[in-house]
Amino acid sequence: MSANRHALILTPLAILGCLYALYLVHRPDVAGQAGLAFWAFIVVLWLLTGFAISGLSHLKLKQPVARRAIGLAVPVLFGAFLFFLWEVIVIGAGVPSVLMPAPSAIAAKFSASLPLLRDDFFQTFVKSVLSGYAMGCLSGFLVAIIADRVPFLRRGLLPLGNFVSALPVIGIAPIMVMWFGFDWPSKAAVVVVMTFFPMLVNTVTGLAAVGKLERDLMHSYAAGYWRSLLKLRLPVALPFIFNALKINSTLALIGAIVAEFFGTPIVGMGFRISIEVARMSLDMVWAEIALAAIAGSAFYGLVALIERGATFWHPSYRT
Amino acid sequence: MLKRVTNEWIGENGMPATLAAQGAMKEPASPPVVAIKGLSLTYEAADGPVYALSNVDLQIAEGEFISFIGPSGCGKTTLLRVIADLEQPTGGDIHVNGVGPEEARLRRDYGFVFQAPALYPWRTIQKNIELPLEIFGVSKAERREKASKQLELVNLKGFENKFPWQLSGGMQQRASIARALSFDPKLLLMDEPFGALDEIVRDHLNEQLLKLWDKTGKTVLFVTHSIPEAVFLSSKIVVMSPRPGRIIDIIDASVLGRDRTLDIRETPEFLKIAHRVREGLRAGHSYDD
Ligand SMILES: Nc1ncnc2c1ncn2[C@@H]1O[C@H](COP(=O)(O)OP(=O)(O)OP(=O)(O)O)[C@@H](O)[C@H]1O
Ligand SMILES: [Mg+2]
Repeated sequence: MSANRHALILTPLAILGCLYALYLVHRPDVAGQAGLAFWAFIVVLWLLTGFAISGLSHLKLKQPVARRAIGLAVPVLFGAFLFFLWEVIVIGAGVPSVLMPAPSAIAAKFSASLPLLRDDFFQTFVKSVLSGYAMGCLSGFLVAIIADRVPFLRRGLLPLGNFVSALPVIGIAPIMVMWFGFDWPSKAAVVVVMTFFPMLVNTVTGLAAVGKLERDLMHSYAAGYWRSLLKLRLPVALPFIFNALKINSTLALIGAIVAEFFGTPIVGMGFRISIEVARMSLDMVWAEIALAAIAGSAFYGLVALIERGATFWHPSYRT
Repeated sequence: MLKRVTNEWIGENGMPATLAAQGAMKEPASPPVVAIKGLSLTYEAADGPVYALSNVDLQIAEGEFISFIGPSGCGKTTLLRVIADLEQPTGGDIHVNGVGPEEARLRRDYGFVFQAPALYPWRTIQKNIELPLEIFGVSKAERREKASKQLELVNLKGFENKFPWQLSGGMQQRASIARALSFDPKLLLMDEPFGALDEIVRDHLNEQLLKLWDKTGKTVLFVTHSIPEAVFLSSKIVVMSPRPGRIIDIIDASVLGRDRTLDIRETPEFLKIAHRVREGLRAGHSYDD
């Protein structure tokens, strides 16, 4: 118990130590030629931070505000320390930036190329991903409802769904470019293909997940198909649908980026990655990766947040 | 002789039950609520047929309280489900309120209380109780009013905005009873509604159910495993036996009157009927051996 209290002293100490190490590593006489003493210092910091974070995560606090703050601080500190390690190792050991640029270099590149990144983001995320995601998910959902109504469709579509899910993006992307041209519609089409079937399969599964008694209840009220769909089966399917929405949020971004490798106008995140790799300017590639990571996590997080609100009654969220 | 006590559960202005009561006392002039003749139901399971019901004959008059009792697997649930048109018989004749079970179901003639509460977790208790009314297209104001009346009836006032999973098992079961009562069906089908409850809560709900029945003159079909519960509640007790599922005895308990208190469980009449039910159950079991 009281050992964990030490975390409140150890944490600021570890942070100060890390900041000092950052200052050290960027000095010309250390960068690229850090000595044993420096690495020994880093190892000490590692241990110190480890104790501090594990102490923090075991702290038992009374006030809910403090508990929330700690709950937030633990992952933030953990992530920050990983970035710190990345930075000091790359700078301290003088890793060539073609192999692995330092986070500071990526951040510098990121802020220096904001207009370019904004255009790429707009092209890839807003145009291709969002439109493809919306169309793919919506059509997957609607076809699932139709398939639910027409049993032979369900039996035919589900195996086909598994088959198409197994198709590699690399295979369908060039075909979509042939069909829909170089600009974003072909990328959106790839996203539609990738997101359609997860939504279809999940929704069909969800609609079938209704318990016998719950269904009998609707039957005993002589409720028609649409009423029992609306009042019972769709709510039951909602966690499954959100599951598909979450899977698709990551799939869509991957699909759109990879699809841009196969012909695109001179803008877009995938396009940028492919040409900057060829030019060996890896810091720009990493800036795009950072952008993709931020956009992808924000998108996923937003869907997960809506899910929490919409399926609050589900056993995994009940409070 | 039909003394009526008002209490918190029913309130002053319930419907006079005298008419329905008399209907149960003398044999009825009105057509039977449930008329079953030679009913059979065989499930085709993977390892051969299961004779869940075999040659069942039963007449239930309006305003009766019928308990079904018998060992597990003797077809009590199946019989209730056939009456509710949730299961199709493989032979025989069945009429509910003078029509086939399907038509009765489409007319919304009955309310079914299942063995489990089967409340929808995304709806509050109030919304769960309103569910049938919502499906029947009852206006919002009327729904509110009817639901809150039922909430009061089952002692769940103050819990209307809770979600089912925030309530105890007994409260959930009471909510499911309120839901079945919300649209005021004349026929109540209840499949072991109190099976999972402790003795005290069960006694309490038994009393409340009995008073509701006495007051409103509904016809109740009630499945139970408990002999005292069956005798305490019923005007008639149907004893069933398994393999094949069939009726082996129908015991009249109307001598106990309609207006009962828990004390009658110590009276000689009560014990005599309970004894006969037990004998019937024993006889049913010995068939197996
Ligand atoms: N859907 C089904 N398919 C096959 N057999 C079934 C099905 N439902 C019930 N049965 C069988 O029919 C018989 C009667 O079942 P039922 O549920 O009516 O019994 P019960 O009297 O309600 O029993 P309990 O007291 O345990 O609830 C049992 O042998 C059961 O195994
Ligand atoms: Mg049963």
